[in-house]
Amino acid sequence: MASAEVPMAAPAATAGSTRRVGRASRGLAALFVVAIVLPFLVSDYYVAKLTQVVVYAIALVGLNLLTGFSGQISLGNGAFYALGAYASAILMSKVGLPYWATPPLVGAICFIVGYLFGRPAARLEGIYLALATFALAITTPQILKLDALAPWTGGNQGVQIVRRVSPIPDQISHDQWRYFFCLVVATAMFVIAWNLVRGRTGRALVALRDHSIGAGTMGISVASYKAVTFGVSAMYTGIAGALGALVAGFISPDSFEIFVSIQLLVGGVVGGIDSLPGTLFGAMFIEFVPDLAGKLSKAAPFALYGVLLIVCMVVMPGGAAGLVRSARAWHARRSLHRTRS
Amino acid sequence: MSKRNGFVVAAALTSFIGSLIGLAVVCSVLWAAGCRKGSGTPGITATEIKIGQTMPYSGPASAYGVIGKADQAYFQMLNDKGGINGRKLTLVTLDDGYNPAKTVEQTRKLVEDDGVAFVFSSVGTTPNTAVQPYLNDKQIPQLFVATGANKWADPVKYPWTMGWQPSYRSEARIYGRYLMKEKPGAKVCVLFQNDDFGKDYLAGLKDELKDQYDKMIIKTASYEATDPTVDSQVVTLQAAECDTLITVATPKFAVGVIRKVFDIGWKPLHIMTNVSTSQTKVLKPAGLEKSIGLITAGYLKDPNDPKLADDPGMKDYRAFMKQYLPDVDPNDNNTVFAYGSSMTLAKVLTQCGDDLSRANIMKQATSLTKFVVPVALPGIEVNTGAADFRPFSQLQLARFNGTNFEAFGEVQVAD
Amino acid sequence: MNMQALLHQILSGLVNGSMYASVALALVMIFKATHQVNFAQGELAMFSTYVAFTLIEVGVPYWAAFVLTLGVSFAVGVAIERFIMRRFRNASPLTAVIVFIGLLVLLNGLVGWIYTYTPQKFPSPFDPSAWYGTIYMSPHEVGMIAVTLVVLAIVFAFFRFTKLGLAMRAAAENPQSSRLVGIRVDWMLALGWGLASVLGAVAGMMAAHKLTLEPNMMSSVILYGFAAALLGGIDNPWGAPIGGFVVGVLENIAGAYLVGTQLKLALALFVIIAVLLFRPSGLFGRTVVVRV
Repeated sequence: MASAEVPMAAPAATAGSTRRVGRASRGLAALFVVAIVLPFLVSDYYVAKLTQVVVYAIALVGLNLLTGFSGQISLGNGAFYALGAYASAILMSKVGLPYWATPPLVGAICFIVGYLFGRPAARLEGIYLALATFALAITTPQILKLDALAPWTGGNQGVQIVRRVSPIPDQISHDQWRYFFCLVVATAMFVIAWNLVRGRTGRALVALRDHSIGAGTMGISVASYKAVTFGVSAMYTGIAGALGALVAGFISPDSFEIFVSIQLLVGGVVGGIDSLPGTLFGAMFIEFVPDLAGKLSKAAPFALYGVLLIVCMVVMPGGAAGLVRSARAWHARRSLHRTRS
Repeated sequence: MSKRNGFVVAAALTSFIGSLIGLAVVCSVLWAAGCRKGSGTPGITATEIKIGQTMPYSGPASAYGVIGKADQAYFQMLNDKGGINGRKLTLVTLDDGYNPAKTVEQTRKLVEDDGVAFVFSSVGTTPNTAVQPYLNDKQIPQLFVATGANKWADPVKYPWTMGWQPSYRSEARIYGRYLMKEKPGAKVCVLFQNDDFGKDYLAGLKDELKDQYDKMIIKTASYEATDPTVDSQVVTLQAAECDTLITVATPKFAVGVIRKVFDIGWKPLHIMTNVSTSQTKVLKPAGLEKSIGLITAGYLKDPNDPKLADDPGMKDYRAFMKQYLPDVDPNDNNTVFAYGSSMTLAKVLTQCGDDLSRANIMKQATSLTKFVVPVALPGIEVNTGAADFRPFSQLQLARFNGTNFEAFGEVQVAD
Repeated sequence: MNMQALLHQILSGLVNGSMYASVALALVMIFKATHQVNFAQGELAMFSTYVAFTLIEVGVPYWAAFVLTLGVSFAVGVAIERFIMRRFRNASPLTAVIVFIGLLVLLNGLVGWIYTYTPQKFPSPFDPSAWYGTIYMSPHEVGMIAVTLVVLAIVFAFFRFTKLGLAMRAAAENPQSSRLVGIRVDWMLALGWGLASVLGAVAGMMAAHKLTLEPNMMSSVILYGFAAALLGGIDNPWGAPIGGFVVGVLENIAGAYLVGTQLKLALALFVIIAVLLFRPSGLFGRTVVVRV
């Protein structure tokens, strides 16, 4: 039976790794070039879709940090996605901030809220946290519709977001400009996450996930790390929400039903819940596959998602990234056997 | 399953999905490269009119998805008869799950990828609100939006957007007018869904009752679409001792309201929004005897009305349903709606003749004079003008007598 | 405060509570056996209700369809445990949660695909003019509570007085020792799932008349079910139904007199979080100390 535990993703410091790093940075460079050139090759509609992919990737990093790395199961990241979107919209419409100034503030707000949520949440073990966050996700639209908050949130009517963002719309269309803006933010956030994961914090998180009691005895302040991770996850998801609002141009409580949280979970799992590169695959998956499945039947995407989640857990619990890792390991074992015999 | 087999399956799965995604991206590149045509209106050729639409085929509002299905069937019928001025109608209808973010995406796909001429009868207030600025910016007609929100009749700010059904606010005003005339001392309770739909009715009542509003409306109670039942709210309203109840609820909840009101022995003058007066969806499940006395202001004929069995308009409608949508219940008022609105669109397109530019389509949509839709109630016609973006502004009050809705009074004009 | 209205709210709450009670008990049953929360409980109930709907549509009389559906539902529950959940019995909580969510989404999509999303009328077996109907509760509502209580009683009797019930309880408490005395633990767990599925089917069929049958029918109920299960004690079968009725009444009272109707769902969220943080064992559960 395939192992249900997701393997740890720390690099080993061996001689082969230098070659691997070289290959990795060449791959990264290639990816970068494609990312920069692509929006000029495709229509604006696809540029908008690609931008949404970038946005989802950021949100998935948030989910992965929380669920994959520190082992806190969250079915409610949609709530933070909504929080980020509304925070950004309110900052733009009520405070008058330009769209490019909102991400850092939104990040800060979401971090604080996430941390405050994370402190008590740190006491909840796996399944209970999943339950609590599930409840949060279901309740989010209703909270957004509250009359008491309507002066800010616009209630049911929703909020329109600025659409004309490019200063040179004839050379770079608004969609392309949004894409590059999101790409810049995404790159920065990925770099931060990468460093976080590779360093002491990352190892502490993994220790926390695999054996929180043991980690505690080793001197890792469990509650503290968990709460901070919640905050960081909320920050990433919130910023993604803010960017997502920019892409859509309009937000309302209807945009943040439970399905958003489920989408994020699917993306995280399919890409590899504990992998940073996997988030890109996961993001592409949740953005493009429902359209393709929708051609089969209108209800098909849902059924397909369900089947995929279950099948994924059976055959590739580590997601696409886990698959790549297994392939590399298998390949390494084979070459090892060959050199031996 | 052995580790290796699992690995193989997983690899196959991933490569399959990966290649699907890759295919999608490649296709888009090729399309973008190859699609530089620009002459004439997109979506219009000598033989085709391409129309776009977003529908909630999944998600919380998916009951309305049948409207898209019926639209498609109606266009099929038109095509079988030769189309309009020699052109076939193609409806591209996409699922947005009632999620405005998805609506934006799908509408952009319709416009920029599928190249439709205009958007027709998309469902939902927030979904349509989300794409209203985009479509108006690009000067693409957003025609006969399938929601009764008040905001679709704004020729100054959004000259490319138009609704079709009478607005909720107009309907509420007619109720207000009726009460002021027939029951000025009424003690009115309002039970409403806590969203734009429900609140539009309150606004309409306020518009009509003006300073009498506070005197007449003594208690309101709202419910959320996520509530399992609304029994609690009905009990609260009965305790307020009203003698009139206005219910602004979607069919699912209207059933519970009618039942509960009857069961607790409360006999108010009960007014129901015309959204929830279908016999199949509301009155029969609630109980026909429990629905006697229900008052509404409608504009479409009731497919359940036995008195309309020989009505030519309804006969045509039933024949259409039997031939083109045999698996769908013809007594669904959503399909009557779709039939009527598709017919109105056909009239607009026919009036366009050979000039199917977007500007002319909009012009013809705003030039409908005394157009009779055979499934609309007698005396109710479609009229639009440059300043009148409301195809329907008339409603007919009617009372349910146990078998059908009996009209009473004159046809009311809303604004 | 109008006493009659208050009484009415309470009785109305009990009716809703009967729905939550069945769902809560189903949740507790699976939790006790497998220590997993069945996020797909609502969709499973809805699926069973559609089975009943299909049977009734082809002409099967109501109570015959009811019983047949219970049978089918039982089989489906056992099959899900046997072919899907068994693989993940010892998996990490994350994996289990993902599978449950997958099940939830799959059932919802499958039903939507087969039956479309158009809401359907579901009949009530209780004559609307029956003698036991009052101004406070219609015959169907009385019937709902009655059927729920009867089913609960049968389930409790089963666990208390039958050998099989004892074996299931043993398998849930202590799988290893149970195996030593010859209890086939695997099948006991499958049975547990089957029973939970049956409970869900009962909840669904009773509720469908009130809620109208549609694929998203249980999505409003499930959160209250969770709240009820937690409140009663997620591992206490007695607590679950009590939790259900309490949540039902609380929802109505709070909605009508305290926090207003906009915050009913938020109230369920509040109950869930409050219980989890301050009294995770619920009102009647035991606090479990785990050896590390």
